[in-house]
Amino acid sequence: MNELLSLSLAEISQKLQNREISAVELTEAVLTHISVAEPQVQAFITPTPELALEMARQAQARLDSGERSPLLGVPIALKDNLCTAGVRTTCASRILHNFVPPYDATVVKRLREAGAVFVGKLNMDEFAMGSSTEFSAFHPTRNPWDLERVPGGSSGGSAAAVAAHMAYATLGSDTGGSIRQPAAFCGVVGLKPTYGRVSRYGLVAYASSLDQIGPITKTVEDCAIMLNAIAGKDPHDATSVNLHTPDFRDALIEDIKGIRLGVPREFFAQGVQPEVAETVRKAIGLLESVGAEVQEVSLPMAEQSLAIYYILAPAECSSNLARYDGVRYGLRVGAEKGHIGMMEATRAAGFGKEVTQRIIIGTYALSSGYYDAFYLKAQKGRTLLRQQFDEVFRQVDALVCPTTPTPAFKLGELVDDPLAMKLADVLTIPVNLAGLPGLSVPCGFVNDLPVGLQIIGKPFDELTVLRVGYAWEQLACLQDELRMPRGLAKVLA
Amino acid sequence: MALTLEQMRHTAKLARLELSDAQLIELMRPINALMEHFERLQALPLDEVEPTSHSIPVFNAFREDVVGETLPREQALANAPEARDGLFIVPRIVEE
Repeated sequence: MNELLSLSLAEISQKLQNREISAVELTEAVLTHISVAEPQVQAFITPTPELALEMARQAQARLDSGERSPLLGVPIALKDNLCTAGVRTTCASRILHNFVPPYDATVVKRLREAGAVFVGKLNMDEFAMGSSTEFSAFHPTRNPWDLERVPGGSSGGSAAAVAAHMAYATLGSDTGGSIRQPAAFCGVVGLKPTYGRVSRYGLVAYASSLDQIGPITKTVEDCAIMLNAIAGKDPHDATSVNLHTPDFRDALIEDIKGIRLGVPREFFAQGVQPEVAETVRKAIGLLESVGAEVQEVSLPMAEQSLAIYYILAPAECSSNLARYDGVRYGLRVGAEKGHIGMMEATRAAGFGKEVTQRIIIGTYALSSGYYDAFYLKAQKGRTLLRQQFDEVFRQVDALVCPTTPTPAFKLGELVDDPLAMKLADVLTIPVNLAGLPGLSVPCGFVNDLPVGLQIIGKPFDELTVLRVGYAWEQLACLQDELRMPRGLAKVLA
Repeated sequence: MALTLEQMRHTAKLARLELSDAQLIELMRPINALMEHFERLQALPLDEVEPTSHSIPVFNAFREDVVGETLPREQALANAPEARDGLFIVPRIVEE
């Protein structure tokens, strides 16, 4: 593998700006590597090599004219639920297998303007519903650390592509952990920004009150660079918040003396593997040794989060996915059955089992006579959870805990177990319900598999979250160990 | 609180999903596993609590009422399974 590929986004950006390599040469190197690594990892649904070379030529022209910006000429990739004008966007679903959006998502538009080079659209669980990328209608993706294991999900392709150096950064989306959980499983950095920090315009909706787009990168610095490019108010998304967008690179200071870190008791219970808890506690100890003030805190409602989430998210999904009816785009089946029959046949043929299951749960939870018992109760539970977070954030600046209860599991291991797979998100879901920013950074290994440290912040305080993540990264010195995932290295050797 | 097959049939109909009884029965196991998990919410003291539909307090997101660009008809129809004369074509709705 070309050694330039394992550099961080910030490092390769410097080389582009110093003219040590051209954007076209770099893109060619990435595409060559994809042709070797992708058959093993299968992170992509739609690779876009021709588009990438065209964008690289344009980026180089901008570089040649003296323009300097951190993403100019850098190859990146996008989760396949982000609309890309002229490039198929499937959501890993049969129902959208042929959908070519007429417009760009706002984040895509911003990355395009920043001069990033798009190498492809990435695999995911269908409509972002799942925790392993096994619910893709196309194919599963493999974890570069162990090709027999899942990369996590639903942004499994986004995390695996970064870990396998097939892109310097990717975008994912996170509704209940879909950025942080795969980032933890693949040994990379993943950030779910505060709800409202990043425009959702052009993100195919799953659960609109929880969905948020965010970056998956090799380092915390790269994460800050990507967030700088995508954050900010967007007139096309009324839920995006009109707040000053700081320069997130300001967070990149090693000193965390006096920062108050809370360790939420409940995030070390709930099936967290003892080795995972121990790895994370060691990391917290190290942060304490350099001046962080650490105290135990409690969020009892976190243990109700899974129940609350699996009412609210399916309820919102049942409404959002009503638009797939075989009329305006996507699959159409059974045109001879009349218009209702056509819709019923199209939806049954177009959605996979997990999506169908969630549509039924959500439709039931919202249906007449059951609304108060399920949906309203879950919304009230959400209020209590948010109040407990508010309370805890009066005492601390950020929370630190594991991202997931276990490292990556094996392909097929949990696919038929209705609750076990969902428990992979038990530590990330509370963050979405409360709308908070959450970062996962690699913090060590258990049985040779990466483990993630999750850092949770106050609303719109990504700066503190990134600062703690950066300080940890500098302390941990895991860069060399993380550089080449073992599973992929073995087959490429 | 488990769903019966009859409730599954009714809900599938509401959701416009053409599913056989065999398919519904297969879906009942995972769905009812979650329904059982939801039981734990019943014990929470929620009577006096306000519901939260949106985690970040944003109210009345006003904007200027200005004319913007709209999607050209051709592009709006480009993904349609069937289109003709600038319209989406659907199976006949009104009987002759």
